[in-house]
Amino acid sequence: MVTLDKLSKTYNKGSVLAVDKVSFEVNKGELFGLIGPDGAGKTSIFRMLTTLLLPDEGSATVDGFDIVKDYKSIRNTVGYMPGRFSLYQDLSVEENLNFFATIFNTTIEENYDLIKDIYVQIEPFKDRKAGKLSGGMKQKLALSCALIHRPTILFLDEPTTGVDAVSRKEFWEMLKRLKTQGITILVSTPYMDEATLCDRIALIQSGKILSIDTPQNIVDAYPDKLFAIKAESIYYLLNDLRAYTKVKGCFTFGEFVHISFKDKSATNEPELLAYLKEKGHKNIEIKAVTPGIEDCFIRLMTEETN
Amino acid sequence: MKQFFSFVKKEFYHIWRDKRTMFILLGMPVVQIVIFGFALTNEVKNSQIAILDNAKDEVSSTIITQLDASKYFEIRQNLHSYPEIEKAFEAGKIKMAIVFPQNFSEDLHHLNKAQIQLVADASDPNVANILTNYATAIIGDYQRRINTNTMLPYTIDTETRMLYNPQLKGAYNFVPGVMAMVLLLVCTMMTAITIVKEKEMGTMEIMLVSPMKPIMVIIAKAVPYLLLSIINIASILLLSVYVLEVPINGSIVLLVFESILFTLVSLSLGLLISSGAESQQTAMFISLVALFLPTVMLSGFMFPVENMPLPLRIISNIVPAKWYYSIVKSVMIKGLGLKVIWKETLILTGMMLFFLTLAIRKFKIRLA
Repeated sequence: MVTLDKLSKTYNKGSVLAVDKVSFEVNKGELFGLIGPDGAGKTSIFRMLTTLLLPDEGSATVDGFDIVKDYKSIRNTVGYMPGRFSLYQDLSVEENLNFFATIFNTTIEENYDLIKDIYVQIEPFKDRKAGKLSGGMKQKLALSCALIHRPTILFLDEPTTGVDAVSRKEFWEMLKRLKTQGITILVSTPYMDEATLCDRIALIQSGKILSIDTPQNIVDAYPDKLFAIKAESIYYLLNDLRAYTKVKGCFTFGEFVHISFKDKSATNEPELLAYLKEKGHKNIEIKAVTPGIEDCFIRLMTEETN
Repeated sequence: MKQFFSFVKKEFYHIWRDKRTMFILLGMPVVQIVIFGFALTNEVKNSQIAILDNAKDEVSSTIITQLDASKYFEIRQNLHSYPEIEKAFEAGKIKMAIVFPQNFSEDLHHLNKAQIQLVADASDPNVANILTNYATAIIGDYQRRINTNTMLPYTIDTETRMLYNPQLKGAYNFVPGVMAMVLLLVCTMMTAITIVKEKEMGTMEIMLVSPMKPIMVIIAKAVPYLLLSIINIASILLLSVYVLEVPINGSIVLLVFESILFTLVSLSLGLLISSGAESQQTAMFISLVALFLPTVMLSGFMFPVENMPLPLRIISNIVPAKWYYSIVKSVMIKGLGLKVIWKETLILTGMMLFFLTLAIRKFKIRLA
């Protein structure tokens, strides 16, 4: 459905490289996630695919249409929800939806079944101005507007940024339901924990794709054993771990520090415990953990920079 | 087409719901007409004058009565000698003194020629000029009346005629100027701002990724402001006819047609500005500096173009308001028809097509 072939984008006359030869494919009916921190190039990729920006190099097709030549056809078929809330704040919920339905040559009634699950949640507020909605409701309205013309592909640029945890969860459930309707969804997010909710993900950093696979495969591909360590002072713990020669990767993860060792020696764990005790740490807790997407991302990122 | 009307309807919601802006848009012409028509007027009313009547005959007293009866003059004192004139001026009590020579009526009746001296305080040259003109007009008026009854014409030596605006009414000048200014502000600035606002709010992003054609977006944005402008044209004309008592001497249909043409020029300019500006402030700034100032300064509405140095006269030709101002003056005040203003009309039409084509070509179908 969507193919990118060495797509590149620079800003400021080539001095800032935002997207660096990115290639991937999104299959029909797939929920594909583009995962990466702010400034990784997610929005640039989305804007190129939705024909809003021209690539500097490379090519891409959306639903078989070239993003440069056939931009008009793409604009007729896709649904796009920009990262920022981009509806008319001074129009009511219903007026916004009606407006976008007309712009896309359709009516609310025609595709009501598609947005029903989402729209019923905001329908009690249909006379309220869009600008006065809460963050979660704004997202639901924006999604309804992007869906109203039954697009073949839905581009959602950071739909859950700035939305509370409950609304985020609801939002992803909605996406799953939409998938069953046969709509291909391309979603970007900076939240690593949302990656596992996608069929396949692409991890992206500084405009480069680090890895593309199913979330499970990416986690399974983590080569080392991962340990989580906790002690009273996380600051000194981190410093001492960094100074410890046998530790390969080390970064904080909530109240824990995640580390992996350079070799697979079985004595790693007791040796480290002894080292930390010697350094005067108290209440030390070391446990083996299964790596998450974030662990994979950080490992790939450090590999890339080395 | 349904898309288009839906877009226009949405645009009206924006205007209607932003009550403050709407009030400014519709109230601005009223306020400007009132300010320019009454407060900023350069008409001189009830000026204090002094009379030194050395003749004291029938003719001189008739003229004095007429001067006193006009709303422009008020006779403050009757003087008895020349030195008193200077004293009166020095006291700052009077703006002008009128001196009748001895034998005034005898000269007039026997020599058919007589003189009146107008002494004006030229420390404010404009006022002095206006006052002498008023006085001359009133004397000339008297002269014409006595001439109708005689075979041999009598002449009183003040021969000036005030064309089209015999009373030198300031409003005659201001109404066309205010019309040009209001239409330019409403159309250019507001369309530029409203389009740039969509860019700022991110809604333009969504509009671009939709089947709506860019040219439709542009036109749909302009339509509500065209309608608002027509309301403004109507309110300005009503105010000027019924409040400022400036008559519409020419064809009202032609006047409205030309005003709509100028509105379209302004709208095209607004669209052009919006394609270059990225923020509402920039759009407003460009509209004000690049359009509003030249309109006020170079259209001939504040300062006569003929008196400007050559470079400014050349620049004034690219100011659309200059042509519109001249059209409105011709149609509304002089009562002339299309035969006289076809050149201006053609220039405005050309400007509109040029700006509109440029605006549509420069409209960004992408974000950067």
